[in-house]
Amino acid sequence: MSNIIGVILLCIGILFNLFGCLGLIRLPDVYNRLQSATKCVTLGTCSILISLLFFFGFSEIGIKALVAIPLLFFSTTVAAHALARGAYISGIGLDKRSIKDDYKGQVIEDQGDMEQ
Amino acid sequence: MRYLTLFIILFLFWLLLTFELSPENLITGAVAAVITTLFFGRFFVRGVKKFFQPARYFWLLVYLFIFIWECLKANFDVAYRVLHPAMPIKPGIVKVKLNLESNIGRTFLAMSITMTPGTIAVDIIDDHIFIHWIFISSTDPEVYSKKISGRFEKHLKRIFE
Amino acid sequence: MNMILQILLYAQIALCFCCLYRVVRGPTIADRMVGIDIFGILVVGICVIIAIITDRMFIIDIGIAWIILSFIGTLTLAKYLSKKKLNE
Repeated sequence: MSNIIGVILLCIGILFNLFGCLGLIRLPDVYNRLQSATKCVTLGTCSILISLLFFFGFSEIGIKALVAIPLLFFSTTVAAHALARGAYISGIGLDKRSIKDDYKGQVIEDQGDMEQ
Repeated sequence: MRYLTLFIILFLFWLLLTFELSPENLITGAVAAVITTLFFGRFFVRGVKKFFQPARYFWLLVYLFIFIWECLKANFDVAYRVLHPAMPIKPGIVKVKLNLESNIGRTFLAMSITMTPGTIAVDIIDDHIFIHWIFISSTDPEVYSKKISGRFEKHLKRIFE
Repeated sequence: MNMILQILLYAQIALCFCCLYRVVRGPTIADRMVGIDIFGILVVGICVIIAIITDRMFIIDIGIAWIILSFIGTLTLAKYLSKKKLNE
């Protein structure tokens, strides 16, 4: 019984991963791609990790999967933030369809907080 | 005090990751935790007393449920935008005022904004946070500030301040 | 049961190729970085499915280490990107 729930969770996770990858291919510019990819792929992988809990129960491996989930959340959100900021500072503009840009002219380049 | 708290957190994390209690493993974990503490202790949160106030953990639990609900909503929102043949997007970067003081609270606010429907935090300068929004529904700053950060700020204030 | 798991494994690998398409095609360098970042997260999913099929525990440890390494790699690349003007 718990195996069936596990397989269903796996299917849901891969479905969300599919939406994320579809967004990565279809959407027009870097920031929009980052939006769809980060959200969908993170939740999909979390769902896959939770399915591990149903296959093996609260054993060693289940606890490890539970530890991996917050790690995944922190790492993907911080990486997305850093990529968006880096892309804007390096001069990659928004898509033609954008209607508002408050960030223009506010950019401060970071110098020296990472010694060479 | 700060260093000791960070050491205990790191050591517990090591025990959860390796999941065995042999003496070799304990010694390795302690050495690794000490080295990490020496390098990164000065970046750790100020005001360690907050770790020992149980009311904050209760609000953290409440916040966690709100966060998971918003996260699920975000995924269906993105799926709708991707699967729609015409792709209904209206992207842009907006500027929102922050009401939180502490650094850790601001970090968590930025993370929650990244995980909620259609928004991603780009940068924080002084008291303003810049947000890339995939579908700008109104151009009035009052309305969208409330829409983006209003639901999280009051809970985060109870947790971190 | 094993058959279904095999099919899901192949589906996940196919999604990795979607990411590689963006890495190869991407018009700017930031697009390629997004592709690599997402690829790193999808590999964790592959690790989990292989662990379920072969019933070996240590593959989950590989997945956790992969999360951390992919995170550090992406941060380094993003730092490089924000230092350097790339629009010659």
